[in-house]
Amino acid sequence: MVGGRVVLTADGQDVDTRMSGFTVSPHEECAVEEAVRLTEQAGGTVTVLTLGPPEATEQLRDMLALGAHRGVLLETDGREWGPVATAAAIAQAIGDLQAPSFPLILVGNEAADTGGYQVGPRVAHTLGRPCVTGIKRLELSGAALRAARERGAVHEVFELPLPAVVSVKEGINLPRYPSLPGRLRAKRAEITVLRPRWQPDGLRRTGLRVPAGPSRQAQVLGRGVDAVPDLVRVLGELGVLPAAARPAAVGPAGAGAGAPA
Amino acid sequence: MSMLCLLERDGAGVTPASLRALSFAASVPATVGDEVTAVLVGPSADGAAADAALGAELAAAGAAALCLVSADGLTGYAPVAWARALEQLAASGDVTVVVAAATDRGSEVLAHLGAITGLPVAANCLSAVPTTTGCWQVVRQRWAGSVLEDALLEAPLALLTVATDAIAAEPWPADANPAGPGRADAALPVRRFTVQLDDADLVISAVESAAEAGGTSLATARVVVGGGRGVGGPDGFAPLEELASLLGGAVGVSRVVTSQGWRPHRQQVGQTGTKISPELYLACGISGAIQHMAGCLGARHIVAINTDPDAPIMSRADYAVIADLAEIIPALVAAIRDRRD
Repeated sequence: MVGGRVVLTADGQDVDTRMSGFTVSPHEECAVEEAVRLTEQAGGTVTVLTLGPPEATEQLRDMLALGAHRGVLLETDGREWGPVATAAAIAQAIGDLQAPSFPLILVGNEAADTGGYQVGPRVAHTLGRPCVTGIKRLELSGAALRAARERGAVHEVFELPLPAVVSVKEGINLPRYPSLPGRLRAKRAEITVLRPRWQPDGLRRTGLRVPAGPSRQAQVLGRGVDAVPDLVRVLGELGVLPAAARPAAVGPAGAGAGAPA
Repeated sequence: MSMLCLLERDGAGVTPASLRALSFAASVPATVGDEVTAVLVGPSADGAAADAALGAELAAAGAAALCLVSADGLTGYAPVAWARALEQLAASGDVTVVVAAATDRGSEVLAHLGAITGLPVAANCLSAVPTTTGCWQVVRQRWAGSVLEDALLEAPLALLTVATDAIAAEPWPADANPAGPGRADAALPVRRFTVQLDDADLVISAVESAAEAGGTSLATARVVVGGGRGVGGPDGFAPLEELASLLGGAVGVSRVVTSQGWRPHRQQVGQTGTKISPELYLACGISGAIQHMAGCLGARHIVAINTDPDAPIMSRADYAVIADLAEIIPALVAAIRDRRD
């Protein structure tokens, strides 16, 4: 991504990432922070797991620096993994790793790039666990969870028995900055590498496009406070101004009384 | 052959996102004779059969029939139970497509349906066209709409969620649907369906829905006053709140503002925050990063106020003012207050 626009590779099959750095997506970073907070409160350990190329080890170390205890890389060979294959690989790995038994699996609500919105429920069904998605508040009480999300102006609340799968959204917490000891520990930590088998998905990408979008250039109304009259005029043309506070010019006494303040 | 479209209801009726999903389903070009059945599950179906206005609204959006699903023990929103309802309905007829709006509930129910059936789900679709080989050519959003993906969906039952933030609500042509408003006297055919559930399907059920304290909702606000890094700190938002309140709108912020802890996350606009669709987005001190603009695709007009005339927002805005927020916002508020007709 350069200058506020996405750049694609020449063949239109992928996003050109040569000029980009990689980071953990916001939903997933919040999932890790939430897991660390839960273990700080209730004990236990946090294992972070990702599916990606060998370089994704760096992102696992970033999350170990936030307080996670163990890292697992499901190493891929650069092919794109669809949600069905990804969920199958994660469920398989959770079975293979066995210990600890992972009473709670937290995932990000949707991948920032491919946006499939389904890995959490697919992992849950494979493991026979209950699942809720889009969660922005999570409370642990004994062997149960209370999870809430927003629905318009309403909070929708769910109660889940453990073990469970919960997909969370950014906003559930504000992730901490890694501490120096955390970084040093993360640097030395051993990462478990598994190589799951790729499988095709019934949804196959044939190409990517950057939408044309509005190619407009803003009309500059002016600089500094001198632009205020023009700005007010534009807001008026767009029909977003409230009724004027006072009546125009001179009129019979009380003529403007109906105008709302 | 027919299609199912899952509907959501709230206090005000069928949600706008669901009506858009219905229009989307009705506009999918398919074989003659295809029709869209709108589906209401559980308590959300209560009273729907006798609601003539609801029937007319659904017919106007393209529904040819309405199916009301119930089950023992289904007392609220239960994602797996809702997915079972769609699964069993699809199996009971010659259904080829299941559509839902890409809301929290719609995405969740279709993800469960995909998991139950082992079928792929195409999320955040903008269009779906059947191919001669029995597949579907879909266009869907990646990066929250910053990139579009062309994809081939190969499945006996196409499961689609619709990016309703990016699709305008189109009234369905009156003469295109025999049950539609073209025949005002014809009520929308209503069918009832009982879904068979296991206890496990009801383990997850919304136990409570508490209303939040008032204020204009960011997602539906007619005016959004945006604040970004250029606001400078937590103290800079009071003038923006005042301006938003004066315009009857809401304040939205960029991600840097929430990650700095200047404002709560519920005010965040963008890919990982709220998607807005106001008449006016007044973007103050916002550079216009891709992830932020992905939340503003539905804004009809954008006015940017920024000190940097080369900020990326300038190529997305209709109008711009090059100014320091600390000076111009109070002056703008005063000018609006002192205005005379």
